[in-house]
Amino acid sequence: MLNEELQQVQTKELAAQKMCKHRLVVCTGTGCLSAQADKVKDALEAEVKEQGIAKTTAVIGAGCRGMCASGPMVAIESDDVLYQSVQPEDAGDIIKALGVGKVERLECPTDTPFFTQQHKVVLEHAGLINAERIEEYIALGGYDGLLKAIYEMTPAEVIDQITRSGLRGRGGGGYPTGLKWSTVAKAVSSQKYVICNGDEGDPGAFMDRSVMEADPHRILEGMLLAGYAVGADKGYIYVRAEYPLAVKRLNMAIRQAQKLGLLGQNIGGTPFNFQIEIRLGAGAFVCGEETALIASIEGKRGQPRPRPPYPAESGLWGMPTLINNVESLGNVPSIIRNGADWFASIGTEKGKGTKVFALTGCIKNTGLIEVPMGISLREIVFEIGGGIPDGRAFKAVQTGGPSGGCIPESYLDMKIDYDTLANVGSMMGSGGMIVMDENSCMVDVAKYFIEFCMTESCGKCIPCRVGTAQMHHLLTKISYGEATMDDLALLEHLCDVVKNTSLCGLGQAAPNPVISTLRFFREEYIAHIVEKRCPAGVCQIHRQSPQPEEMIIS
Amino acid sequence: MAFSPPKINPPSDDKRWRIVTAAMRKHGFAPDALIESLHAAQEAFGYLDDDALRFVASSLYVPLSKVYGVATFYNHFMLKPQGKHTCVVCTGTACYIKGAPGILEAIEKHLHIKPGETTADGEISLLAARCLGACGLAPALVIDGDVAGKLQPNEALTRLEGLAKDHA
Repeated sequence: MLNEELQQVQTKELAAQKMCKHRLVVCTGTGCLSAQADKVKDALEAEVKEQGIAKTTAVIGAGCRGMCASGPMVAIESDDVLYQSVQPEDAGDIIKALGVGKVERLECPTDTPFFTQQHKVVLEHAGLINAERIEEYIALGGYDGLLKAIYEMTPAEVIDQITRSGLRGRGGGGYPTGLKWSTVAKAVSSQKYVICNGDEGDPGAFMDRSVMEADPHRILEGMLLAGYAVGADKGYIYVRAEYPLAVKRLNMAIRQAQKLGLLGQNIGGTPFNFQIEIRLGAGAFVCGEETALIASIEGKRGQPRPRPPYPAESGLWGMPTLINNVESLGNVPSIIRNGADWFASIGTEKGKGTKVFALTGCIKNTGLIEVPMGISLREIVFEIGGGIPDGRAFKAVQTGGPSGGCIPESYLDMKIDYDTLANVGSMMGSGGMIVMDENSCMVDVAKYFIEFCMTESCGKCIPCRVGTAQMHHLLTKISYGEATMDDLALLEHLCDVVKNTSLCGLGQAAPNPVISTLRFFREEYIAHIVEKRCPAGVCQIHRQSPQPEEMIIS
Repeated sequence: MAFSPPKINPPSDDKRWRIVTAAMRKHGFAPDALIESLHAAQEAFGYLDDDALRFVASSLYVPLSKVYGVATFYNHFMLKPQGKHTCVVCTGTACYIKGAPGILEAIEKHLHIKPGETTADGEISLLAARCLGACGLAPALVIDGDVAGKLQPNEALTRLEGLAKDHA
């Protein structure tokens, strides 16, 4: 597809959208679908037909708007109204109010901090466009960046833009994206690959899924730009099989892009070729680790291998491979379109841009948020999140999933970026943010995460396979009130060993939840051990703990 | 291609094998299509039995031991038939701190099975999911694809009993 053709699609789509008097956008992300958003959409469509206004009214299913706690959400773009918790029965009232007023009982105020304090880059189209139509993405400037890059920029200039933007890996590690790209670009090989890591395994995190569901073309454009920059002609998107809707929409997006000549041979009439294939994960947390992910794409058990050689030198089938997370790639089209300086102006000195967080747990506004780096945790939890429901007290916020840590109230004013989170023993991770109130027991939370790592350990290296099982055993003893202070010392020692001797990120980060809760909530551990009581009333102190052999999970 | 393995016939004339063969053909019967092929087989039959593993192994020219290794490594693959109904309890972090353990325990006691098992009459399979991503509905429960959220343990049991009654 040539530049002019892209413009044509854009103009045509914008004209078609103008023809419509009313545009009703129903959120059909997984969160809202669980709350029957599909039935709401059907009811609205039926009502529109009944009223005979189908020609001037469009009912569109879009991706996630972020406020999952109040789903299903319906936005009336023409009237600038947002409705929350809509039920199929409300369809009649909504259609009647079109253009003349609004249904006040359903209205969701949009002047609250949840909406005003966010800064959307990756999620800029989420909840606004129909993810199943490429035209809507193009109408909002989609694929402009790609054509700009292949017509006007050399691969080195693309990499330079990414480097200067200061973008860092959004999968958790925070490795500078530009540096990764230039390493792969420098590698000499006849074949290179680009992989998009969509194996979002953290429990309580669903950012990547929402991006893939709401704006799949953004991922494709990001991969195309990456492929052009590093000299690869084949890309893989590795997605969890548990995300059927994301897989479906990505597949649709690939077909549409191929049809328009934005994927395939001689893209835009240039010698640049690029193909994308989807590979399904099969439920293994360790496959988020890059070498394990590569093994899984090759059809093997997803076990990591020692690095170096890094995938940038020897990755998929031994070829130089660029692996980026969904969200990192999602930032790329915006950077190329708006320039590196624009991106670098958002965020802090060491953390540029924005970060998407899945804000969940004991909080009023559960949902998906995108905030500039350097925002404080207090702003996220108490302003955007709306605070803790039912007047209970805040206890901790957990970031980084099973690899992260719990951050107590005293650090709430900390400005978050990769380094500040690492300093308090947590990590950015992929972006799960779970708020806990006084009813959560920190020993129990640590046990939960260790149990997760224990079952998800691939078993290749001993510190992770055996260490996490022993840590789980010790934590179980503590939670049943059967441990001694010697057990606590042993646990701390074990944390140190597992952290320093495991092969991959899973094992190295597995002790983090224990270390951070021991650092900030040590008195809770002591209460379990010495006073034989659980301050939060979660642990069942007087029950007999299971014997180690019963606990081993097959 | 320097080498193409001999054509393997499906274990039976069940039409569903065609779906599996089609998935393997799409990838040119390449050994790296193993996971995709197992996905196709599980989708067609609901689980992977010995026949399916052997068929995929010989078609892709991958040792059976390796196929078994992959099938047991990934949580998604089931080697046993599933019940008529599935009940998935989300045990993601958000659901966990909002009471998922209580729901799981109540259901375990009620059905006398642990997660990953199926009731003796083959009616209900109980599964514990890592995260369904419906954190706004925590704690969430999925019965036969329908998500129910913000549940108390007794409400969860009521829903399960409703399921049993439908088929009584």
